[in-house]
Amino acid sequence: MVHFIAHGKDDTVGVAVVDIKAGQQVAGWNMETDQTLGLKAGQDILLGHKIALADVPAGQRIIKYNHPIGRTTRPVKKGEHVHVHNLESERWQR
Amino acid sequence: MSDRTFQGYRRENGRVGVRNHIVILPLDDLSNAACEAVAGHIKGTLALPHAYGRLQFGEDLELFFRTIIGTGANPNVAACVVIGIEPEWTARIVDGVKALGRTRVEGFWIERHGDLKAIEMASRKAFEYVQWASELRREACDVRELYVSVKCGESDTTSGLASCPTVGNVLDRLEAMGATLSFGETSEITGAEEICKLRAATPEAAEQYMKMFQAYYDFIAAQGADLLGSQPTKGNIRGGLTTIEEKALGNLQKIGKKCRFVGCLQPAEAPQGPGLWYMDTSSAAAEAVTLWAASGAVVHFFPTGQGNVIGNPIEPVIKLSANPLTVSTMSEHIDVDVSGILRREMTLDQAGDKLYEMMMRVCNGRLTCAEVLGHREFVLTKLYRSA
Repeated sequence: MVHFIAHGKDDTVGVAVVDIKAGQQVAGWNMETDQTLGLKAGQDILLGHKIALADVPAGQRIIKYNHPIGRTTRPVKKGEHVHVHNLESERWQR
Repeated sequence: MSDRTFQGYRRENGRVGVRNHIVILPLDDLSNAACEAVAGHIKGTLALPHAYGRLQFGEDLELFFRTIIGTGANPNVAACVVIGIEPEWTARIVDGVKALGRTRVEGFWIERHGDLKAIEMASRKAFEYVQWASELRREACDVRELYVSVKCGESDTTSGLASCPTVGNVLDRLEAMGATLSFGETSEITGAEEICKLRAATPEAAEQYMKMFQAYYDFIAAQGADLLGSQPTKGNIRGGLTTIEEKALGNLQKIGKKCRFVGCLQPAEAPQGPGLWYMDTSSAAAEAVTLWAASGAVVHFFPTGQGNVIGNPIEPVIKLSANPLTVSTMSEHIDVDVSGILRREMTLDQAGDKLYEMMMRVCNGRLTCAEVLGHREFVLTKLYRSA
């Protein structure tokens, strides 16, 4: 069983496919490389929400589908929840 | 590969439909009541009330006529009764539907008759059409004769992971089989427009697409607005989607891995041949599906994450979802459950087989969830305010 799935080989986030609890050791599958990876969740992450696969400093791009989906507005640690509180579009700025 | 023959209705102009509706089509908002009265007592007819048709002008008026005429001529419609407030624009609809190859279409108007006389005349014609259409029989048709449209709604991250790629898997098959296909949602490709451009079959198609995309972008800027707060929607965000770029990349999974789009269509414009076509549509579900139905599409694939419940009165909408919460809490809305992909119990090819099989069943006459629940969202696209 996997807890999250990542789309591309360069992705820095995965998508939770079950509800994940803070502190939980979780397993993920990369659809492109077919590799499995493990990490520790830093926060509760609901099904469908994103989990960081790497430490990302503030102002950096987050990669999903091997493409940028926006920039971080604060530093993000591996295993943390990535969403509107720490990621924003590069197309329409708040 | 699955069977490619289904039982459909072959129309006078050679086009193939999968439903046999008799529509009572209002020219304008004023004629809705008469149309609904006809549909109320002539069984087997379907009134399509809408909010517009008065004092529109320019490109907005052209789009209005194209949408209403295309709806009356859709191959899922067997015959069409038009009611308008006055004779001239009523005749413009009737003549437009006839020009698209429909023989059974007739118009009635309210001025100098009143609602009651107009309802009586229209009802007698509808009566005749219903009895005629009830004897039409389905016949063997090939998948290449289908025109399929695709659009997702209330998407979440499961749409990009599973339900949109499932649609893409089937589109790749249908394209190879020679079917006609269309996708669109101009605002929702924002952030993936360069990837979309690369999927054009020719430099001309790529250029046409970028022109449509840029025109939309400029329109937003000219309003002094942006789409933050609208795109992604509140439902998208609840489901885990954060930015328009992320939503766009998930959305584009619907066009598969191999398909290339051969050209671009104005809203409600009919494709000129087989293959995949880009249509310049809104990303609002009911508006977009209404435009595709008006362009002649006969069946629609609608991946949803959080559970958009849309239907269309004449074009069956097949919904699929991979979100386990949605398929369990809203099962009456979901025709195809592909949540097994998230549990790695189902491959994308297996999900594609499941969707293809459901498409064939719906084309053979199985009613979709939205049809059984009575979802008949008929929503015209309005480009700007009326005169």
